Amino acid sequence: MSPQPQAAVGAPLSRVDGRLKVTGQARYAAEFDIDGAVHAVIVDASIGRGRITGVDTDDAEAVPGVLRVIHHGNAPTLPYRDNSSGSNNLPGRKLRVFQDDRVLFHGQPVAVVVATTLEAAQHGASLVKVRYDAERPTTDLAEGEPGEPTGYARGDAEAGLRDADVRLDLTYRLARNHHNPMEPHATIARWDGNRLTVWDKTQWVYGTQLELSTVFGLPLDSVRVINPYVGGGFGSGLRCWPHTVVAGLAARITGRPVKLVLTRRQMYFGTGFRPSYDYRLSLGGDRNGRLVAADHRIDAETSSYETFTEAVMTPGQMLYSTPGVRQAYRTVPLDVNSPIWMRGPGAATGVFVVESAMDELAHELGIDPIELRRRNEPAQDPSNNTPFSTRRLLECYTVGAREFGWQRRKPKPRSTRDGDWLIGMGMAAGVYHTAVAPAQSRGRLNADGTAVIESATSDMGPGTYTAQTQVAADALGLAVRAVDYRLGDSRYPQTPPHGGSMTMASVGSATLDVCDQLRRQAIRLAVEDEESPLHGVSPDDIVVRGGRLHVQGNPARGESYQRLLTRNGRARLEADTSFTPPRGERFSISGYSATFTEVAVDATLGLVRVRRMLSVYDAGRIISPKLADSQAIGGMVGGIGQALLEHTVTDHRDGRIVNANLADYLVPVNADIPDLRAIYLDGEDYDADPLGVKGLAELVICGVAPALANAVFNATGRRVRELPITAEALL
Amino acid sequence: MHPFAYTRVSDTREALKAGRAGGRYIAGGTTLVDLMRETVERPGTLVDISGLPLRDILVTKEGGLRIGALVRMAEAAAHPAVRAAYPVVSRALELSASAQLRNMATIGGNIMQRTRCTYFRDVTADCNKREPGSGCAALHGVNRSHAILGTSDQCVATHPSDVAVAFAALEARVRLLGPDGEREVPFADFLLRPGSTPQREQAVKQGELITTIEIPALPRPLKSGYLKVRDRQSYEFALTSAAVALHIRGGVIREARVAAGGVGTVPWKLPAVERHLIGERPSDALWTAAAEKATEGARPLRHNRFKVALLKRTVERQLRIVGGTK
Repeated sequence: MSPQPQAAVGAPLSRVDGRLKVTGQARYAAEFDIDGAVHAVIVDASIGRGRITGVDTDDAEAVPGVLRVIHHGNAPTLPYRDNSSGSNNLPGRKLRVFQDDRVLFHGQPVAVVVATTLEAAQHGASLVKVRYDAERPTTDLAEGEPGEPTGYARGDAEAGLRDADVRLDLTYRLARNHHNPMEPHATIARWDGNRLTVWDKTQWVYGTQLELSTVFGLPLDSVRVINPYVGGGFGSGLRCWPHTVVAGLAARITGRPVKLVLTRRQMYFGTGFRPSYDYRLSLGGDRNGRLVAADHRIDAETSSYETFTEAVMTPGQMLYSTPGVRQAYRTVPLDVNSPIWMRGPGAATGVFVVESAMDELAHELGIDPIELRRRNEPAQDPSNNTPFSTRRLLECYTVGAREFGWQRRKPKPRSTRDGDWLIGMGMAAGVYHTAVAPAQSRGRLNADGTAVIESATSDMGPGTYTAQTQVAADALGLAVRAVDYRLGDSRYPQTPPHGGSMTMASVGSATLDVCDQLRRQAIRLAVEDEESPLHGVSPDDIVVRGGRLHVQGNPARGESYQRLLTRNGRARLEADTSFTPPRGERFSISGYSATFTEVAVDATLGLVRVRRMLSVYDAGRIISPKLADSQAIGGMVGGIGQALLEHTVTDHRDGRIVNANLADYLVPVNADIPDLRAIYLDGEDYDADPLGVKGLAELVICGVAPALANAVFNATGRRVRELPITAEALL
Repeated sequence: MHPFAYTRVSDTREALKAGRAGGRYIAGGTTLVDLMRETVERPGTLVDISGLPLRDILVTKEGGLRIGALVRMAEAAAHPAVRAAYPVVSRALELSASAQLRNMATIGGNIMQRTRCTYFRDVTADCNKREPGSGCAALHGVNRSHAILGTSDQCVATHPSDVAVAFAALEARVRLLGPDGEREVPFADFLLRPGSTPQREQAVKQGELITTIEIPALPRPLKSGYLKVRDRQSYEFALTSAAVALHIRGGVIREARVAAGGVGTVPWKLPAVERHLIGERPSDALWTAAAEKATEGARPLRHNRFKVALLKRTVERQLRIVGGTK
């Protein structure tokens, strides 16, 4: 840990970019004003599977302003070289835009109209006539042919289940969910000779740079990706999607910069989604509530052309000590576009199932749900027998139960009524694995006492700008306003994808390191400088506060960065770093949570209303409390959506998504959201990373949906094992 | 969006002339512009009537209301006369759409709005309403939100308006101005069931203009209200809804006006429920028995069977809320 005083870290700062955002000055991908830019509108396939037999572009090309209609019949062959990057390189063969006549899913891009105005491009796109030889698609998870399972096993689950005192065989179904960020996905592409620049909504400028360089067969540094602001992502920006390639292709063919913005409707098939699941769980326990065995059979949708998997099995392996565990996870290829990680990927699904089942078992055995969980709390990670770095789940229960008033819950379902409403309480644990990845950063400490720190990371909303600035400010001993943190440009040092809750741990560790280096350089300069009041002082005895270096415990003896650098004729100090997390899995590192909620269910109309919610987090150190609250509240809202509202509905006859808009795909509105409260256990986890953080963004959604479902059961006596829980299930 | 001409008129004579020439009236534009963007609607000429003097709300001497066609939803909802005389109308409006939409959308436009059926709004899907003869994708498709009453094998789409349910319950009349002068159409005849011509949705002739919606006076005291049942608490169309107005004197129900929304191809008046109530004394048993009549003739589809039970319960609940419990 840094010897520096922590003034910014831990302070409830507002976003450093807040003013830019609320005054409309923060520029998002589609808002860059690029000279000579023209507009592109994609034509989507109106069949769910088959072949294109003809594309009639005459009417579209006759529209004034239309420059070009590009489709598989006239598009050049693109190199599509192999790409090693994970998020663009799922097992299979990625969708290649306009390279053949195959239609793999409803909504696949089949043509693009480029025009001088958006209106002409839209009108032109509506006039392109595509003829198809349609085949019947398979889009229903229940009807697809599952692939080979991935498995996990420990102990003898079969015997354990056979001999268990109590055995529950449960089937859960979870609907497909879409991220639905406020900002639509958008790309502006411009070619300067053989160099491609794109302004693109992405959570990973480097990933998009790599993908475009391989698709177009360019050297990596011939592609530049710029994206300083992201208007929400939740995972939808973790991959370079086909429309980004379409924009690049259209720009190359027309010789003009091209702007392409997906419509809200197109976001439902132009980007990915959280896949639907069919999850069967058999759970066996003894009379005392000790789990003896669990058998998980998990089916999830994927596309016909790529295999998407996520960490859905993890919660079932390590949340509770269970001697016998068997898991089989199969993906089911369907005629749909490829899924992608969505907030709490895998875990939000796995935790829902495990935590719903634990509630069922608690009810079955007549044991308080928290007590049941306590009885199955493992001493070390039962999936691999490694010690936990920190696991304070029991404290989460204790604090949560106290603060929420859990003792007022009546264990017998349907025993609390308020007029027409049945009232119930529910709780659930949550877990999300702490990921840390290599990240780079560079920094400059200027002679005017300001600093610039750069990394090619993103800020999709959690507050990367702010939190990284806080870390940098403390490590440099500068005021927050003296630090200029820059991100969102592939020319900056490489970082991992801005996802999986790893930005603070990974990029933050790089920021810390580069700023520590800069501070130490300045200190060295001072102690070696005979003219410095700090000459000869041991570097370890010097701290920096408010841009002034001084002897620890003796603020009078010191000088400012400004004076030091100016006197030494140094315009700036520079440093860069490549942070690599320690190798090896010495510890099992995860964030944990306990979520408590109270719901009201209309006894006759079946409507569920959330009355209050509290989550307690064991997430390590909290860098930025105000942003953490924003994350936590956002995660709870997302979980309420997952539990009660969100459901991408497909018409399986032709693979059409029928609710591809925000009026029909329901996300919670303000009126649905009650009092939400977040508590963070005070502490840090330096086995996780040098900052002591464990990640928050995914954790905050995991556990919300099962807490709600469990509360619905407590209110009504109805166990709904299908998400979202809608009125018809409760009538 | 397809190209279109746009003209703005300042008096009804000009409007009628432009309407007769094939123009399409536009006021708040909250439905029409959306549908034009989706190319569901492709008008050649838009005639902007928002400058016409049809923005008054008047109380008739009998105690009824006359609402100008261009009164905004938000204005009507907040108007003291509407709130005092017909809470069912203001409540239905308040529970509609979003604040932004209510500030733009007009009452005339509201009752002219087209269905939210997802297949109607997707030009690549089959829809008899949009393209007569192409088929009805909803009939055997995804139809959770669709109608269980007033459907045909040609169309099962619901009418989305909330305030139209209140108008139907209160037996409002729509006043139309056309080339041949004025005429008045009972609300029950204004919105058309799909039958074999689902593309015809209102009894409006080309070029006719809605000028006012008139709500007849009802005996006082009158209690009324609107209940909207939906998955989320705002900005969603009704799964089911109920508009109820009751005149209770001497402990006996003398007049009853009841209609349901979210369940019919048009706002669904419930005369059988009304008849069951007249002459009776309010009681929970009465509400339950009356609500039983709400689903007479219901023909549920694959995904909306739950609406049969939900409709009865919605009507029962709202009868109790408005009529009280003994």
